[in-house]
Order: sequence, then structure tokens, then C-alpha cells
Amino acid sequence: MTALFEPPVSDASTRFWDATRGRRLLLPWCVACERPFWYPREVCPRCLGDAIEWREASGTGEVHAVSVQHRPGPMRDPAAGPYAVALVELTEGVRIMTNIVGCEPDAVTVGMAVGLTWQPLSDGRHLAQFEPA
Amino acid sequence: MSNRTLRGRTAVVGVADAVSPTGELDRHGRALEAAMVREALDDAGLALSDVDGICYGGMATGLAEYLGVHPRYVDGTMVGGSSYELHLEHAAAAITAGLCEVVVSVYAATPRSDRRRGRGGQRGGPPFPGPNPMAEWEMPYGLAMPMGAYALAASRHMASYGTTSEQLAQIAVDTRRWAATNPRARYRDPITIDDVLASPMQASPLHLLDCCLVTDGAGAFVVTSAERAQDLAKPPVYVLGAATFGDHQMISQMPDLTTTPGARSGPAAFEMAGVKPDDVDLLMAYDSFTITALLHLEDLGFCPKGEGGSFVEGGRLGPGGSLPTNTNGGGLSYTHPGQYGMFLVVEAVRQLRGECGERQLSGPEIAVAHGSGGVLSTMGTIVLGTGSTR
Repeated sequence: MTALFEPPVSDASTRFWDATRGRRLLLPWCVACERPFWYPREVCPRCLGDAIEWREASGTGEVHAVSVQHRPGPMRDPAAGPYAVALVELTEGVRIMTNIVGCEPDAVTVGMAVGLTWQPLSDGRHLAQFEPA
Repeated sequence: MSNRTLRGRTAVVGVADAVSPTGELDRHGRALEAAMVREALDDAGLALSDVDGICYGGMATGLAEYLGVHPRYVDGTMVGGSSYELHLEHAAAAITAGLCEVVVSVYAATPRSDRRRGRGGQRGGPPFPGPNPMAEWEMPYGLAMPMGAYALAASRHMASYGTTSEQLAQIAVDTRRWAATNPRARYRDPITIDDVLASPMQASPLHLLDCCLVTDGAGAFVVTSAERAQDLAKPPVYVLGAATFGDHQMISQMPDLTTTPGARSGPAAFEMAGVKPDDVDLLMAYDSFTITALLHLEDLGFCPKGEGGSFVEGGRLGPGGSLPTNTNGGGLSYTHPGQYGMFLVVEAVRQLRGECGERQLSGPEIAVAHGSGGVLSTMGTIVLGTGSTR
């Protein structure tokens, strides 16, 4: 398992993290706006509506921006070498931070089509990552 | 409400800063803050008993108690590096509204000597108080902060507009040329574009020399009404325009990675001041990274969006260039204790007063101090002018 900072679970994201145990990527949708938002929170950041439903994401998207980390970030093992951190625009229209794996980090380019893959966490949850589609 | 509500109503009348070519200061904490307040008041020809307002990026009342100030105006705004532009805006508004008459803002941080002397101890904790979505939605991915956030903005800017690493490096080169003229700058030896590109990659596309320093540093400024400013020790530097805009805290929430909130704060402050980019004699533009400065050039209207790279080519920002920028040597070469915005105001005031020695510009009348807080999150733009511009 890759050494990484394991995310806490907030009140608003319990459903999200539970779904990752079954390798399902859920997005919070505002019932009133009929649109997804990111990151998960108790209210919609467009209307403050609190009617939120969870829908499974397609797991496809496009690299919006990418940076290869040569100085490792929190909890990362320097011996593991450089890795790619990206913002990925999901097909549903939200942009999330993630890692691009499954290729050389320097091969990741803006605009690259990517698909979902999962990194196991120590407590049975998984972390959503992406690889070239 | 008029958009000129603050124009020329207040003035910065005292400034101070402490930096060292070693990057370290002997004093730290409250003692350093108190020294800055004393120096800024001396610079203004005011006494501690004149101060009735205090701005501080934290619990301002603790500082007030230590100093022996009993404020009727208290501002604890903390938005990162642009906090001091916001303090100046707020102080100008409060004085104009009659809430207070003499406001001091102070900043001191000594990360470099703290590390060497084993002081501090907050490293590794959550970066923000309260709920911490960053821990949940960003930190697992290992983005090195803060440079990784700026690297993502640079990545997008390069992909969208063809901006090159050489163009970003030009900003570091020209800022170093200014630093060479400042005896107190941390780094003064000339560098080339090749030097920047050959320095170790940190978070692609940013190299080590695309990144600001980590140094000790401190500063303070004193603001009062235009009326009170008339008979003080130094020529008043008037606040002509001031505006703030913020649109995110975490980089993954930035609506457009290539357009900062400065695209809103800048034009608003310029409009209040009644100036255009062409009128600006000195640009003090927060340079935590080379990409930060490049985005400011576009968002403040010095060049069209996407053309910052070609704009900086040929040394336009450096000594002898048409847009003198970061004449103290900037966060890239002068000092960067973490929240650099204080030093933008201090240098702008000193240039407008003609106090800058070898690096002094010829008769500048309009200066802009443009601060960036967080990760391109909250921008504060201040337009300052000499008496002839009021």
C-alpha cells in the first residue's frame, strides 16, 4: 500500500466514504438545483438547500491541471519518487483533486482523458484515483 | 454609494520593516511586533497614545494589551498574505467613517530562526482552524503546499495560453535584478533564465527559483486621516483606492485556475482611485511564486488575459523597464516570512516618498500594492499616491 495521509470522515461525507468500501464514487447532488457539487457538505453551495441526494459518478473525466511532486507532500514516502497530483474535471461537471496513476507522472497532460481506479486505505475505505483512459 | 468613497480621505504616515540578508532576525514574537510599531510611529512622528485602532492577523486584543493600546477600532482579519492590504482598506474605511483616527497594523514572523532554534512547534498541524475540508479532499493526494497549488495554476495557464517556463523564469531574473540594488535583500547575486530552469524541480512546472524565500521578517504601518496627516513627520502617502475580492480557500475550489480574484479587486480599486494601469509608476505585486506575479499582471489589466508570459519578456518588470515591479526584490529575493503583504505597502510608501536609495524610481506618483492570500484565494488591491495625485 502506498504511504499516504488517510482522510478523516466528516459528518457530511459518511455516505461518500462508506460507498468507497464497495469502490463506488458518489457525488452529492442538490435536489433543488438538480446539479452536483464538490466537496460534500451539508448544504448546496449555490442555494444553501439541504436536500442532498447521492448519485454514482460515471468515473470518467479529463485532466484539468497537473503537477508532478518532486518534494513529497504530507505523509508521502520520499523513496517512492515523484508522483502526479491533478485536478480532474469529472464528466458530471465537478472538479476534484486526485492522483493520476498507471503511467509515468511526467506523461500526464492537461486534457488527457482519465478513468477511475481505487487505492485501498487501511480501514477498508478506498481513495479515488485516476489513470489514463 | 459613490465608488470614490475612500479616495484621498486617509494616508499612510508611518512605515517600518525589519529584514536581514542572513534571513534571520534576533528578535521575535511580541518584542519584534512592538519594535515595528515603535519604529512606524517614530517614522510618522506620532506617539503610542495617539493610536486608537489596531489591525492584526490574529487575536488583536492580545497585541493591544501587550502594547498598552486601548483601541476603539479592532480588526483581526487573517486571510493569509494579503491580510495587510485588507487591514489598510479597513483602516481607511474606519477612519473615513469616523470610528477612529490613528490605526496601526503590524506583522512579524520568524520561521527561519524558529526552525533553527527549535521554536514554534505548529508544523504538521491543520493549516486552518475549524472544519478542515483540506484534510479530507486534498491532503491524501500529497500535493506539496503551498507550491503545489500554484503549480496547478501554472499548469493550467501553460496549457491554456502557451506560457513557458522561460517566461516565468524571467520574472525571477528581473526581481533578482532589483534585489541587487537593495542592501537588505536576502539574495542579491544575479541569476539567469537558465539558472532558474536548472534549479531543482519542486512541483512541476515550478523550480526552486520560481519559489519565494522562507525568511524572518516584520513590518508595520500607521494610517490616519488626510487632515491629521498634514503636519506629521513625513509626506503623506494617500490611499486613493482599495478593494478586496475572494473566491475560494482551497486550490481545488478555485473557479478558474488562470484568473485570480484580483480580476475583481484590481479594477474596483483602480476605479475608486480614478487611475488606469498606464498611470501606475510602481507595481508591488505579491510574488510568492513567479506564476503569482504573472497572474497579477493580467488580472490587474497591465496586459490581456493569457499574455502575461510575452508581457514580461525582455525585462519589462526590472530596473529600467516600463513597469517597475517589486523594487525591493520581492518575496522571491528580498524576504518572505509567510505573509508578505506588509512589505508591499512598506516599499510602495518608501518609493513614493523617495527614500529608496539605489533602487529609487524617478519621481513615482502612483503605486499599487496588490496582495494575494491563501492559494490565490483572497486578493487585496491598494492604490497609493503622493500629494500631487490627491
